[in-house]
Amino acid sequence: MAVFVDADTRVVYQGLTGSQGRYHGLLNRDYGTRVVAGTNPKKAGTDVEGIPVYANVAEAVEATGATASCIFVPAPGVRAAVLEAAQGGVEFIVAITEGVPAHDEALFYNQLRRDFPNVRLLGPNCPGIISPGQCNIGITAGHIALPGGPVGIVSRSGTLTYQALHELKEKGIGCSTCVGIGGDPVPGTSFTDCLAAFEADPDTKAVMMIGEIGGSAEEEAAEFIAGNMTKPVSAYIAGVTAPPGKKMGHAGAIVSGGRGTARAKMEALAEAGVKVGENPTEAGDLMAEIVAGLG
Amino acid sequence: MDLFEYQGKELFAGYGMPVSPGELALTVEAAVAAAGRLGCPVMVKAQVHTGGRGKAGGVKYAATLDDVAEHAGRIFGLDINGHVVHRVWIEKASNIADEYYASFTLDRSAKKHLGMLSAEGGVEIETVADENPEAIARIWVDPVDGLSEADCRDWVADARLPEAAVEGAVDVLMRLYEAYVDGDAELVEVNPLILTDDGRVHVLDAKVTLDGNAVFRHESYAAFDETQTRDERETAAHAKGLQYVGLEGDVGVIANGAGLAMSTVDVVNQVGGRSANFLDIGGGANAEVMADALEVINNDPEVRAIFINIFGGIVRGEEIANGIVGALERVNISSPIVVRLDGTNSAEGRAILEPHLSDHLRVASDMLEGARQAVALAAGEG
Repeated sequence: MAVFVDADTRVVYQGLTGSQGRYHGLLNRDYGTRVVAGTNPKKAGTDVEGIPVYANVAEAVEATGATASCIFVPAPGVRAAVLEAAQGGVEFIVAITEGVPAHDEALFYNQLRRDFPNVRLLGPNCPGIISPGQCNIGITAGHIALPGGPVGIVSRSGTLTYQALHELKEKGIGCSTCVGIGGDPVPGTSFTDCLAAFEADPDTKAVMMIGEIGGSAEEEAAEFIAGNMTKPVSAYIAGVTAPPGKKMGHAGAIVSGGRGTARAKMEALAEAGVKVGENPTEAGDLMAEIVAGLG
Repeated sequence: MDLFEYQGKELFAGYGMPVSPGELALTVEAAVAAAGRLGCPVMVKAQVHTGGRGKAGGVKYAATLDDVAEHAGRIFGLDINGHVVHRVWIEKASNIADEYYASFTLDRSAKKHLGMLSAEGGVEIETVADENPEAIARIWVDPVDGLSEADCRDWVADARLPEAAVEGAVDVLMRLYEAYVDGDAELVEVNPLILTDDGRVHVLDAKVTLDGNAVFRHESYAAFDETQTRDERETAAHAKGLQYVGLEGDVGVIANGAGLAMSTVDVVNQVGGRSANFLDIGGGANAEVMADALEVINNDPEVRAIFINIFGGIVRGEEIANGIVGALERVNISSPIVVRLDGTNSAEGRAILEPHLSDHLRVASDMLEGARQAVALAAGEG
């Protein structure tokens, strides 16, 4: 078991014919992901190393039974691509593209909620999702993750996610699913969505959470953990020393008006019973202790 | 992307919002000339990307051209919260009967647009929110539906604006929402929105932050990018397309990925040092981008040591190591460098660095150790 994606997930890549889409789409296929189709309205009927290309997601779904989509199209086209995927009939959409305007994100988030309530969007501006040994959608290097659980990972940051997967693997600890929710202001899937999914997943016994400054998603996660989680959680929050008013790379990573500081998030999580590490290594060690205690 | 008041008003005027006639001045002489054309009385207003201008003496009423010269003379060069005034906006003074507050921003929690309106304008909204939260009327707008005039009217009623201001306020707020959405703003704020003594609702100030990600559909925004407040280091990094934020320490930081870069800055501080910057070189980490990053950091006179913290995912350790070696051949770096290389093929990467190692280039086995070494080197130890 895993959350959101597994060995049965069949993926269509929107933007498979572009350089990034092709590169990562083929790496994902090499990993074992069922990469069943690509889309490009101008290249329908062609293929990318044997992966058939269709004019749009609806045609790809009809021809291949794709259940998920992965978006690599440039930022100006992401709004249309997300809606095309939802209309095309996939149930899970992973938007890797960075630099999507926040108003577009707010618009398609609400549009999906209203018209396609059963469709889940992950991202934009995220590394994607990997259920090690089963399915890897996005830009994560598959070999840094050890399959099999018991840890579920959810993170706002790409490289810190890789760091976490790597540290757990070094300690011989596997991962059920690792979800990169991305660093943008309106992520399609939140910490809370992932925590709920991990709580319900029998193969996930503990959860590692990696947050950063900005917004209040970590505080909302803390509230959810206090009220709803029975499984242990460890966390790390990046940006303790970030000065207010300066965006730290991610569009969502900014301390403004005294809100969204790392300390406030760490305190909220600690109060909810989460083991909070001061740096990624410490968070990994805390997770190792939790896993050792699972028996 | 933060706009100056005059740029914000220009944007608002494009959506039919009522703003005062005014002119930008870069010198005292130009300020006086502008006031001469506009006709006194005028306001002399410092243009800076920060709040608290009034308290700092950056906003003055001038009844005569002599007053303009005197005030402008004091305001140019004034330091307001670390922002030095180089631009002054001269605008026709208004007769204020009443002051309100209005804004739109994205509520990341609700994932909807949030409008805030208050009959208590002219003071900081944070102060109103703390002392009298009921005085702020909030409206959440679903981006799919947009703001309807009926909902806008209810919102104005909720804020208990006086009867005389209702029609004008509804009109301005509908336009403010349009400017916010159509202009791809992160924030539009009018404080104060005023009622003039002859009964008009008028925009007296403009605070606008635009979404840098939306520049591709707004050609005119390139001009705003040129007027962003950046220190010298940030300007140089920006020109090279690097994600850089200047800080005040002596350990230069280079990392791949925003989260790892932020974390590296934190860890340097945790082990007793201070980071000179945040710098994310992205996923690639090739020789060119590494050389650019090292060059930007090398030009920072405060930097005493450099910590390169790279995690290889899809990019392999060998490529990263070759990038660092290639960069060092191109740029002559004055500070000692500590490299922490982890992840995919990190052993192979470290083997490539091995023949180049010296007192000036060291490797560390993990992030904490790398930070400790860099901090010690910055302090003149090691």
